[in-house]
Amino acid sequence: MGIFINNGEKFIFCFLIDSQTNLMRHLYNISWAISGTECELQKRNMTENGLGHRVLNMDTMNPNVKRVEYAVRGPIVQRAMQIEKELKEGVKKPFTEVIKANIGDAHAMGQKPITFLRQVVALCAYPDLLEDDKFPEDAKNRARRILQACGGGSIGAYSASPGIEIIRQDVAKYIEKRDGGIPSNPDNIYLSTGASDAIVTMLKLLTSGEGKNRTGVMISIPQYPLYSAALAELAAVQVSYYLDEDKCWSLDVGELRRAVKVAREHCNPRALCIINPGNPTGQVQSRQCIEDVIRFAAEEHLFLMADEVYQDNVYAEGCQFHSFKKVLFEMGPEYSSVVELASFHSTSKCFMGECGFRGGYMEVVNMDPEVKLQLTKLVSVRLCPPIPGQALLDLVVNPPQPDEPSYATFIKERTANLDILAEKAKMTEQVLNTVPGIHCNPVQGAMYTFPRLSLPEKAINAAKEKGQAPDMFYCMKLLEETGICLVPGSGFGQRDGTYHFRMTILPATEKLKVVLKKIREFHKRFTEEFS
Amino acid sequence: MGGSLNERNGTLCELQKPNMTENGFGHRERVLNVDTINPNVKRVEYAVRGPIVQRAMQIEKELKEGVKKPFTEVIKANIGDAHAMGQKPITFFRQVIALCVYPDLLEDDKFPEDAKNRARRILQACGGGSLGAYSASPGIEVIRQDVAKYIEKRDGGIPSNPDNIYLSTGASDAIVTMLKLLTSGEGKTRTGVMISIPQYPLYSAALAELAAVQVSYYLDEDKCWSLDVNELRRAVKAAREHCNPRALCIINPGNPTGQVQSRQCIEDVIRFAAEEHLFLMADEVYQDNVYTEGCQFHSFKKVLFEMGSEYSSVVELASFHSTSKCYMGECGFRGGYMEVINMDPEVKLQLTKLVSVRLCPSIPGQAMLDLVVNPPQPDEPSYATFIKERTANLHILSEKAKMTEQVLNTVPGIHCNPVQGAMYTFPRLTLPEKAINAAKEKEQAPDMFYCMKLLEETGICLVPGSGFGQRDGTYHFRMTILPGTEKLKIVLEKIGEFHKLFTEEFS
Repeated sequence: MGIFINNGEKFIFCFLIDSQTNLMRHLYNISWAISGTECELQKRNMTENGLGHRVLNMDTMNPNVKRVEYAVRGPIVQRAMQIEKELKEGVKKPFTEVIKANIGDAHAMGQKPITFLRQVVALCAYPDLLEDDKFPEDAKNRARRILQACGGGSIGAYSASPGIEIIRQDVAKYIEKRDGGIPSNPDNIYLSTGASDAIVTMLKLLTSGEGKNRTGVMISIPQYPLYSAALAELAAVQVSYYLDEDKCWSLDVGELRRAVKVAREHCNPRALCIINPGNPTGQVQSRQCIEDVIRFAAEEHLFLMADEVYQDNVYAEGCQFHSFKKVLFEMGPEYSSVVELASFHSTSKCFMGECGFRGGYMEVVNMDPEVKLQLTKLVSVRLCPPIPGQALLDLVVNPPQPDEPSYATFIKERTANLDILAEKAKMTEQVLNTVPGIHCNPVQGAMYTFPRLSLPEKAINAAKEKGQAPDMFYCMKLLEETGICLVPGSGFGQRDGTYHFRMTILPATEKLKVVLKKIREFHKRFTEEFS
Repeated sequence: MGGSLNERNGTLCELQKPNMTENGFGHRERVLNVDTINPNVKRVEYAVRGPIVQRAMQIEKELKEGVKKPFTEVIKANIGDAHAMGQKPITFFRQVIALCVYPDLLEDDKFPEDAKNRARRILQACGGGSLGAYSASPGIEVIRQDVAKYIEKRDGGIPSNPDNIYLSTGASDAIVTMLKLLTSGEGKTRTGVMISIPQYPLYSAALAELAAVQVSYYLDEDKCWSLDVNELRRAVKAAREHCNPRALCIINPGNPTGQVQSRQCIEDVIRFAAEEHLFLMADEVYQDNVYTEGCQFHSFKKVLFEMGSEYSSVVELASFHSTSKCYMGECGFRGGYMEVINMDPEVKLQLTKLVSVRLCPSIPGQAMLDLVVNPPQPDEPSYATFIKERTANLHILSEKAKMTEQVLNTVPGIHCNPVQGAMYTFPRLTLPEKAINAAKEKEQAPDMFYCMKLLEETGICLVPGSGFGQRDGTYHFRMTILPGTEKLKIVLEKIGEFHKLFTEEFS
């Protein structure tokens, strides 16, 4: 019930209302909008009052937010999405599709979901299916168990803020089994909206002080930019330690010592973040190295944060995943009763790759009980992580057992996914290392390679002229010429004067071959062009 | 395997111990303790899940363990969680979600065609055709388009641009993101944010965490919790002495107070925001929950644009919606969106960057939101059932809103405004002086003391008014109207009896 008046480019809409005063007001507004003079008059008034400027602009917005950078979804990805649109609109390009190897998103790259996981979540979403004989009994039992733990038997209810109780118990059991029996307490488990959520929450708790007393957080370089972004947002101090590219991106405690010593001059280093297996660098830490790190954290009185979301993604022979929790407890009570640790896991990586469900958890060890209450309070403000994500996490930590009907299929799918990833990890390393000017460490684990690029001086100068980092210049050109979307090393941090890109190993084998071949050709062309 | 290593190396451990104590990490304090924790986090309070709810959960455990209590179950009327209180999910929504989660079901003839089509459309918009892929950070493109169409339709044709829509993890996520963007300055230039008292404590909690300044304006309980612009003027004037007020938050329909703002009042607020140069944040998650005759939901966006371009081209507005309330109550999916109007294009880029760090809102929640904004159409097979379910849910809520008001107002010492909308009542309690003193002795707010006693004696879990803010010397509780009708009757009856006993005990 309304009238539209087309006033040039503007549409004014008016409700027919019974109240006379309201009607008058509307008629007034309409005349106001139509009569330009009154408009102008009002405008001037407003400008005088300072209404011309926006409340929220670049000068008035939160300066910490401005400092945030997140390369994995940065300008190069924006451009890739634009190119996709152009392709759809029929714009001619030297390629027919954009291949996004910028982000660890297995399903987007064609990996299929694990049947059992999806069956159970579907049953939870629409419990009428529990009557359907198409679903195996173990899937139904799992769904019934989850639903029983949900308010009103619905995944539409909020859960307790640290997560559904039985799922926290299942997580604790999973950790115990993974760590050879070392106890895990469900009260120390906090479910989260992906691992990112929990990591940011921990960093938030740790941030305090001003000036030289401001919290410093040690992160590896190269790093996953969630860390630098969260630290920027929290105005905490980033303390960088460099991984050793020449030793397969391994972590050297001597370098940690150097970094923390320098940092103590201007901030208060209170936490040390480790990503193992490594993102973006794909290394798997040795048990020895983890012990050294724990000893270092104890000596330097640092809170340890272990990002272990790639814990199932270990490919290289001789490499094995060791959780920080396990190593810590194996080092004896001198360490295990003292060192504070938070470790993180998620549903997004490993064999399942269910990024979209935003499932995850963290386990806290040796956390001050009063701080734990603060943590519980803090997560309660956001009510709870998404329940479908919690349900999916439950299935990841409590998969089909050998005596259950879905076991065989589950193991088959799981093994196939991990085998293919291992194959692609090897292939990526091999092919890239055949390219003169590209040096690639073994992809021991995770989902990425982070090869070093030798770039000609002229290319570096050309980039500088454009105000771009040389590897951004390189990746942007690669995208424009081949449709392959990678993230420049500068987005993760790297030693000055070195250049890298991060590429996921996730494209399907045949496509990955093509991608690697195209990168090889491009690199050759690029080197020639700028020599 | 693991433990044995320690045992084997017992000597080595012993050897290391004295050394370690010398190094100082035998007895020292934890890195992270209450003295070193982020002080802003310490200041955060969130009553909806506060001590009373902790105690309720404890009591539930005790009941399970067979501890005898004067009641057999805990009734949680502390939180707007419809499904937990027995409301059934909307069939169509859940069918589509199940189809999206397990696309093999697309071959199943038990599902209606419109549900399948909707699922196919959502899956096509997902990376690799899977809910398991990340989406673009502001959300899946077609869902943002559907949200924009929904808003246009709701607002009688006023255009909505999908580029202004940001999907979120529940409304809370988007609200905190906006407050984060707005917070800057130090000392007297620190951002002040105006929030109503009583308020939904997400706001005070987020402001505490951000160390922004809370600027309180009081709703008028005597006028059915309405908002008076003069009170806004008083509050902003007082605030300008010590901070820089830059945003005004409105919850409509109101939480915890259940009022529905009149169109006139919204206009006044918009004019005030324009005059005082404030960014408007309109929390409209209860937009379908309007029960009282003569009341109607008006979105801030619509009113703003109906006020003409003098306002609609100037006033900055973010409005919020979610899948958690209304007729669907799908809290667990954490779906939501915000629409931003007149946002500085450079700030929008910053916003897009900021949300990208968290990658994307949960995809099942995004899919759920899509169904909420694009429900079955009259020519589709699921339409009739959908309308029936939707109407039934809203009808029952409306019935319960009325019943709650009526019953509570029969209790001497409880005064309850009409529940015009949302899902709560926030009645005022007359508490005897002795009770107030008894509470003070226990260092509790008097209404906390009251609610705690109610919980221990009846198993009913409410949230004290002090958790939402209230005028000094007044006492309230918030109670949801969500328990099933029969159960709600019992709850109200029990509260009446308790209040009588309580008053007698402390007189």
